[in-house]
Amino acid sequence: MESRENYMLNVSNLSVKFQNQTVLDNISFKLKKGKTLAIVGPNGAGKTVFFRALLNLVPYSGKIEWIDKVKIGYVPQNLSVSDIPISVKEFLSIKNISNIESSLSSVGLDSKTILNKTLGVLSGGQRQRVLIAWAIMDKPNVLLFDEPTTGVDLDSEEAIYVMLNRLKKENKITILLISHDIHIVRDYSDYMLALNTCVTFFGESKNIMNPDLQKTIYGEPVCVETPT
Amino acid sequence: MIPLTEEALIFSLLTGISVGLSAGYLGSIMVLEKMALVGDALSHVALPGLALGILFNFNPFFGAFAFLFTSAVIIWQLGRITKLSFETIVGTIFTLALAIGILIIPEIDLLEALFGDITKVNLMDTMLAVIISVIAISLTKIIYNKIVLSMISEELATSTGINVARINLLYLLLVSLTVAIGIKIVGTLLVGFLVITPAAASKNVSSNLFRYSVLSSVFGAISSFSGVLLSSYLRLPAGPMVVLSGVVVFLVAVSIKWASK
Repeated sequence: MESRENYMLNVSNLSVKFQNQTVLDNISFKLKKGKTLAIVGPNGAGKTVFFRALLNLVPYSGKIEWIDKVKIGYVPQNLSVSDIPISVKEFLSIKNISNIESSLSSVGLDSKTILNKTLGVLSGGQRQRVLIAWAIMDKPNVLLFDEPTTGVDLDSEEAIYVMLNRLKKENKITILLISHDIHIVRDYSDYMLALNTCVTFFGESKNIMNPDLQKTIYGEPVCVETPT
Repeated sequence: MIPLTEEALIFSLLTGISVGLSAGYLGSIMVLEKMALVGDALSHVALPGLALGILFNFNPFFGAFAFLFTSAVIIWQLGRITKLSFETIVGTIFTLALAIGILIIPEIDLLEALFGDITKVNLMDTMLAVIISVIAISLTKIIYNKIVLSMISEELATSTGINVARINLLYLLLVSLTVAIGIKIVGTLLVGFLVITPAAASKNVSSNLFRYSVLSSVFGAISSFSGVLLSSYLRLPAGPMVVLSGVVVFLVAVSIKWASK
């Protein structure tokens, strides 16, 4: 039998209701340390609410047990920065931690060229990297990413996931990420949790290529690109 | 308008600079929150408080502040409960407050309440303005980055341990204090200008938060100082002169941005 210390997260019977409407129903699973869990499901399945529950930002019933001394880094889906004249340096300084430059270098950004730039003028890929730098600044042991490559072009998307994998290995971080992209789920996660209010699947991510499972997760088959 | 004594002019200028600095600084957050119209409308809510102060012979500042803060809290709570936009709720409450204020304020004092009167600024008003401005700027400086982070992403702010509701409430309290002292100089109808326009001008010429907030303050102080000075020399009401000075600052900032494109 595996010891409890091997698990970063143990969720049991987690339910969330908003105004008598059930958004998450009886979610239970365990996640091992150092693994990447992809959370998948159709729109409105409760994926972001699930993250909010993990971050203790919404009321819930059931149990969410993190390992002792858990430190969570969080990268949200949307940022409203277009209208705010805040520089990258000012944004990262809000955390009051001195390792701004090393965090930027960990995510492949040159602090000399980017620190004084306004956050709103960065490309989608650069902004996501700054957000990841923000999330890893205080050396978390868990990272939560809500669709980390929204608004990012395909090349930058791949680069971001390669970087996440590297950060995971270097720092022994457990990662939970929400993604709609089945090839990202297959290539960059170990396990997947399919939600549609309740859990529709929990298991190894490679199973996502199974058309029957895709039908279960998304309600209809998902087309994949074939080599030409 | 009766001419100002040298002493009254110094009091008015000091009060104006204090109000301009704090209104500009706090207004920089309001403009980022896209609540500029809220700042303007909120100031009108002070009128019934001013009226009560005049009617019952206590310092109208306290009446104005009590009404502003109570209204701000009601608006904030209604927004949270009903999910209506702040603009909608403020639109309703401010017209109600304006109506009540106009009904109960003595007619002789109405013009002063609406447009301010620097000839009546005394040492006490000046000290109050300086002290409140220092407090408002200092406390806002502490919560400034936290409020900005909550604007960028409320989830990010909350997950960092920031109590967004608490800092917003503190901010509303400080805005109410600042608007209440500003009324003495520019009146309830025009004080919203000092919260909005200096920040709007600063936004045109700022690429980072520090520069933006400092320039908002400086532009607010310049608008108030020059407005009060012009009002004294030209013997015209201070409120409109402050607004005109502020508009010149705004146009200069827009021109700089235009020229740099």
